[in-house]
Amino acid sequence: MSGNGVPAAAATAVRKTFREKDETLAYLPEYRGLAGRWKYARLRPKDIRAVNDVSFEVRRGEIFGILGPNGSGKSTLIRLVATLLLPDAGRVTVFGMDVVKERRAVRHLINRVSVEAAFFKKLSALENLRYAARLYGLPPREGTEHALVILERLGFDRRKAFGSLENLSRGMQQKVAVARALFTSPVLLLLDEPTTGLDPRSKREVQEFVLEVRATHDTTVILTSHDMAEADRLCDRLAFIDEGRFVTEGRPAVLKEEYCRLRPDGATLEDIFLDVTGKHLIAEGDD
Amino acid sequence: MEAPKKSTRGQLRAELGATLGFVERNFYLSKRYLGWEVVFLFYTIVNTLTIALIGVTAPGQAGEKVLYLVIGALLWGFLSIIFHDVSESVAWERWEGTIEYTFMAPIHRLTHLGGMCIYAIIYGILRSVIVLAVVALFFDLDLGGANLLGALAVLMMSSISFIGLGLMAAVLPLLSAERGAQATHILQGFILLVSGVYYEVSVLPRWLQPISVISPATYTLRGVRAALLEGVPLGELVPCLAILAATGVILIPAGLAVFAWGENYAMRAGKLKRSG
Ligand SMILES: Nc1ncnc2c1ncn2[C@@H]1O[C@H](COP(=O)(O)OP(=O)(O)O)[C@@H](O)[C@H]1O
Ligand SMILES: [Mg+2]
Repeated sequence: MSGNGVPAAAATAVRKTFREKDETLAYLPEYRGLAGRWKYARLRPKDIRAVNDVSFEVRRGEIFGILGPNGSGKSTLIRLVATLLLPDAGRVTVFGMDVVKERRAVRHLINRVSVEAAFFKKLSALENLRYAARLYGLPPREGTEHALVILERLGFDRRKAFGSLENLSRGMQQKVAVARALFTSPVLLLLDEPTTGLDPRSKREVQEFVLEVRATHDTTVILTSHDMAEADRLCDRLAFIDEGRFVTEGRPAVLKEEYCRLRPDGATLEDIFLDVTGKHLIAEGDD
Repeated sequence: MEAPKKSTRGQLRAELGATLGFVERNFYLSKRYLGWEVVFLFYTIVNTLTIALIGVTAPGQAGEKVLYLVIGALLWGFLSIIFHDVSESVAWERWEGTIEYTFMAPIHRLTHLGGMCIYAIIYGILRSVIVLAVVALFFDLDLGGANLLGALAVLMMSSISFIGLGLMAAVLPLLSAERGAQATHILQGFILLVSGVYYEVSVLPRWLQPISVISPATYTLRGVRAALLEGVPLGELVPCLAILAATGVILIPAGLAVFAWGENYAMRAGKLKRSG
């Protein structure tokens, strides 16, 4: 295929700030009563810098990991790539196409798995997949059949696909979410904490499947996680994010080696995670 | 790497398929909530019957009064469904948590909203026919001199303007989940009050009457009643049809534009979804 030099996904100096009132303030004594309410109503919303000057490039075929604690901006970054949020500044591209200006073309190339399996819970897995198939222009019957094959590969009992989704465990629902993302054959797959909350076996099955997809398909993956073992196992390259900023970036092995020099007793990715996202930053080059 | 190139025809087929996807999905949802569908239908039938019974007490031309009220109840039921289904298309998906997946799909927003409208019309017609069939068992509705075709024309034209209204209202839940849904209910209640569903607009307090002029439901009711009760020929319904058509022609593009603006705002302010 043409354009091998174009990164599968790239961000340059991307920022996203949300403006929101701190709702916990409403419970303080000074904001009680009628006068207090009025005062609260006039409070200015606070700026939350969810993504703050982030740049990266993901090569085609790579599995790129974004690691960070809760609230560090991982999901916001994924949504910016997924055309669900507009950046305040900077630029995000998918195969060279701008996610804002060429939104529709980008949407043909991507799919996403989020932490929460977002489905019509009263409908069956099959009905949900059929709906997704129609949205992505796949023939509904062949499309859902393909999705069922993926589900079976993930250790999902085919018969469960006919019952209401609300009766399935979280792990099962997440497998349906993975199948829904993959049966549209995305060339860029966005996995936002896909295994958070899954039992060890389901986690394994999903991880193995991600590796298999990468090996057999022309798929690039951006994966967020706070599971160090998962990141080590799956990712070709990692970035640590904290308070909306990338604090360090590199290959897992190289990162570990670098940090070993700082920690004579040997560093794990978890040590690095705690160091770079903790209060005592030992990484150079950030403030 | 480029977007898979599709011919214009292929693209059109994909968009039509997606439209069908929305219709099919809503049909599945109705099927799963069948118990509620039956309960609501029962309630609507009873509601229509009780309103029609008020007409029986009218001195003199009771038959005509019953028909007058049945038309009001049926039309209001139909228009409410269209307005409600279209305006709740976003609110419902926010509640289910699927909104981001629907918005992320590679389809035109027109396809999405068009699918919702088509389902609303099919669903509204089905329900109205069932209610009418049951009501006809209870009352001897005399449609001898009625201009049925004219009534149907008015109804179709008013669907278009109500779709426009629904599109305008659909944007509200994009801006704020709960407040938006609340606002659409208030709007719906207001239309019920001023449009003369069960009475002539002239009985409203004087200061409310001018507002009835801007509600498309006013013209729908007037037109359908003229056609069914007085058998007014199609030619005389033209002014009414023209007003409804003009409202639709203005409201639908305006509704789509407002929706596009709302979608952009939601994507800028992070209003689609924040967790997960
Ligand atoms: N839609 C939104 N509106 C307001 N604040 C948001 C929104 N989405 C995320 N945030 C805030 O931005 C920060 C980063 O959130 P997020 O990207 O979800 O982090 P993570 O996925 O790493 O847990 C958090 O402080 C969160 O509360
Ligand atoms: Mg997150």
